[in-house]
Amino acid sequence: MTAKVVAATGNEAVANALRQVNPDVSAAYPITPATDIMQRFTSFVSDGKVKTEMILVESEHSAMSGCIGASAAGGRVMTATSSQGLALMWEELFIASGTRLPIVMALVNRALSAPLNIHGDHSDGMGARDCGWIQLWSENAQEAYDNTIQAFRIAEHMDIRLPVMVCLDGFIISHSIERIEYIDDDAVSKLVGEYKQLNPLLDLEHPVSYGPLILPDYYMEYRKAHAEVMSKVPGIVLDVAKDFEKISGRKYGLFEEYRLDDAEIGLVILNSAAGTSKDVIDSFREKGIKAGLLKPRLFRPFPYDEIGNALKHLKAICVLDRADAFGGSYGPLFIDIAASLYPHKNGPALINKIYGLGGRDYMPSHAELVLNELVEIAKTGKVKMIKEYIAVRE
Amino acid sequence: MATPLTLKELSKKEILLTSGHRMCSGCGAPIIVKMVLLASDYPIVAANATGCLEVSTCISDYTAWKIPWIHNAFENAAATLSGVETMYRSLKKQGKIDKDIKFIAFGGDGGTYDIGLQSLSGAMERGHDMLYVCYDNGAYMNTGIQRSSATPYGADTTTCPAGSVIQGKPQPRKNLTKIMAAHDIPYTAQASPSHWMDLVKKVKKALEIKGPKFMNILSPCNRGWRSKTDDAIQLSKLAVETCYWPLYEIENGVSKVTFKPKEKKPLVDFLKPQGRFKHLFAPENENMLKNFQEMVDKEWGSLLKASGTE
Amino acid sequence: MKLKGWKNVNPGAVVTEAGSALEFKTGSWRAYRPKWIEENCIQCLFCWAYCPDMAVNVNDGKMTGFNYDYCKGCGICALECPGKKGNKAIVMEEEGK
Repeated sequence: MTAKVVAATGNEAVANALRQVNPDVSAAYPITPATDIMQRFTSFVSDGKVKTEMILVESEHSAMSGCIGASAAGGRVMTATSSQGLALMWEELFIASGTRLPIVMALVNRALSAPLNIHGDHSDGMGARDCGWIQLWSENAQEAYDNTIQAFRIAEHMDIRLPVMVCLDGFIISHSIERIEYIDDDAVSKLVGEYKQLNPLLDLEHPVSYGPLILPDYYMEYRKAHAEVMSKVPGIVLDVAKDFEKISGRKYGLFEEYRLDDAEIGLVILNSAAGTSKDVIDSFREKGIKAGLLKPRLFRPFPYDEIGNALKHLKAICVLDRADAFGGSYGPLFIDIAASLYPHKNGPALINKIYGLGGRDYMPSHAELVLNELVEIAKTGKVKMIKEYIAVRE
Repeated sequence: MATPLTLKELSKKEILLTSGHRMCSGCGAPIIVKMVLLASDYPIVAANATGCLEVSTCISDYTAWKIPWIHNAFENAAATLSGVETMYRSLKKQGKIDKDIKFIAFGGDGGTYDIGLQSLSGAMERGHDMLYVCYDNGAYMNTGIQRSSATPYGADTTTCPAGSVIQGKPQPRKNLTKIMAAHDIPYTAQASPSHWMDLVKKVKKALEIKGPKFMNILSPCNRGWRSKTDDAIQLSKLAVETCYWPLYEIENGVSKVTFKPKEKKPLVDFLKPQGRFKHLFAPENENMLKNFQEMVDKEWGSLLKASGTE
Repeated sequence: MKLKGWKNVNPGAVVTEAGSALEFKTGSWRAYRPKWIEENCIQCLFCWAYCPDMAVNVNDGKMTGFNYDYCKGCGICALECPGKKGNKAIVMEEEGK
């Protein structure tokens, strides 16, 4: 198992993973901060390092449309986008998942307009959480690289056949240089394997029709079938992770539990801010405070049972959301965490903090503030305010 | 394949759009699709924009298509087919496919002139080897006859009805065929199901050309046009003979009128049988008829000039 | 057609049986039906070319009649029929008479 250690940005790592997977077609449109992935990838195309045929479409809506056409035709397809691009292809996301096409997309998380902001937050991925795609969230460049490779195996599994989006924080991870271990080309090739076709359009012997009109007598059956397939995803994610461990030495689960076993207070947080928080958890542990952290990786489908069981023993939890659900509700991650703890009647007290919107920095001091508040809540059992924005000027 | 181009010979081929579709009785669109598919000697893979044709030919487990076919959404037949065509090229390059397949996108004027214009323009500009066939019935018929940019001047539709203040569509039709020709694609043409041989010849020619091709085909809709159920061929013939819908092609920038009516009929011959133009015959709308005739004459004149057939 | 349950629907609603629309008989839509008067037929095949429903039967280059399972009675065939010496080979009659 030869690993190549490099210094690379998140986008560079994802582009390299895509190069190693070597898809048949990609249709993509640039948008900050995802552009770099496709720029690097197209330089591989121009130098003949991949067999991928590029479609340099005229909008993100056409990007996903082209991906759908290519995937239905019968081959491996990928793309990358962020924020407004994802928003523009919104109807196509549902069509891709409803048609059960195993497209893989790198989503470089960026805030949604208005106001226009090109920096990292989770509003784009969260806004699309119910479109029927599988979502994997990545803390750092290594995870983004690893998740991208595993995404193809998950998407293309014959029991699944669903599109997968791999999320990574815009600018924070996409543009920051980190230490990354690349797996060698052959090992990735072997892990991902040959693309298996299902009802390809290009099979002239068996002409198929994609995209029928479905009336009230059948629509619900298709949705139930989709829901059923979603229920198989966590098992397959774990299976693929096992295979991935063999070629990388790195373990992956549905989520990461950091010093959670005996924790009394805890943070639930996604992506890069989880990395920042883990250091603060360590410092609190040194002070003798039993703090822990849970970082979801598979966000859709959400592993309610497993996460509920992992968190039920805590006294107080803060769920930090890097996106607000703009309808004046709780943050999206909070809502799912609350639902996962619902069956556990004597579960932990929950609070929700909204942080880091539009690329606002999340500092260790913010984690400290939150953890101190949790210590108080664990002691007194009293919650002052369930939902609060942190690091915002009054 | 040098079989003579006669209906008799064509009738020996299998029609790859079956009966049992749910297009209205007397609809022009399935006639067009039938002719386009019969014209091809190659296997076809098709994409279809949302609209009458798509919704009526593939419902639940019933599909009238005997060729591989994909419907994605309303505005992206061209983008979707770009994806299919690119996957074909990729797999062919990898040696995984060796057949010669042709790609045809079908879209109504709704999914082509308006919401689909961007994806059509993009696909044509990128040079995909595909033919886009627009079946132009002059309105968003599937959702109940709403106005599109292809709706003729003065036509009554449900979103620009002829009322007491506004008399139908105030804008003239958008000339999409010219817009497509301006993309400098190798082949652009207009056709009509009434002139089947002209239509079939054009499709055959298009399929032999490598690169993006566009054909705009007039598709009478007896519901939206408020005409008789059996009028489709008669009306499309009148459309051609009044020069409302000239039959021409632009090949590598060179215009050619492919059918010059022996006697150019007055536009009212085409308008009279259609209920959507009824209000134009009221005395107070006389100038609208005049305007309309002038528009048609101007366009026909410039087309003849461009073709060098004055 | 008995309705399938969610366990048996095709993934992604892809229709895998080409031409399955043939199971849907649109002939019941008719109010008028075409009648073929063979002695006036010049076998021009316009009816076959212009039928929107592929409901004109042709065998070895010759028109042999109508497929009433699908014919919607639009009347295009009758209108376009040139007939022989002014006598149509196709006339529309009221259905059910």
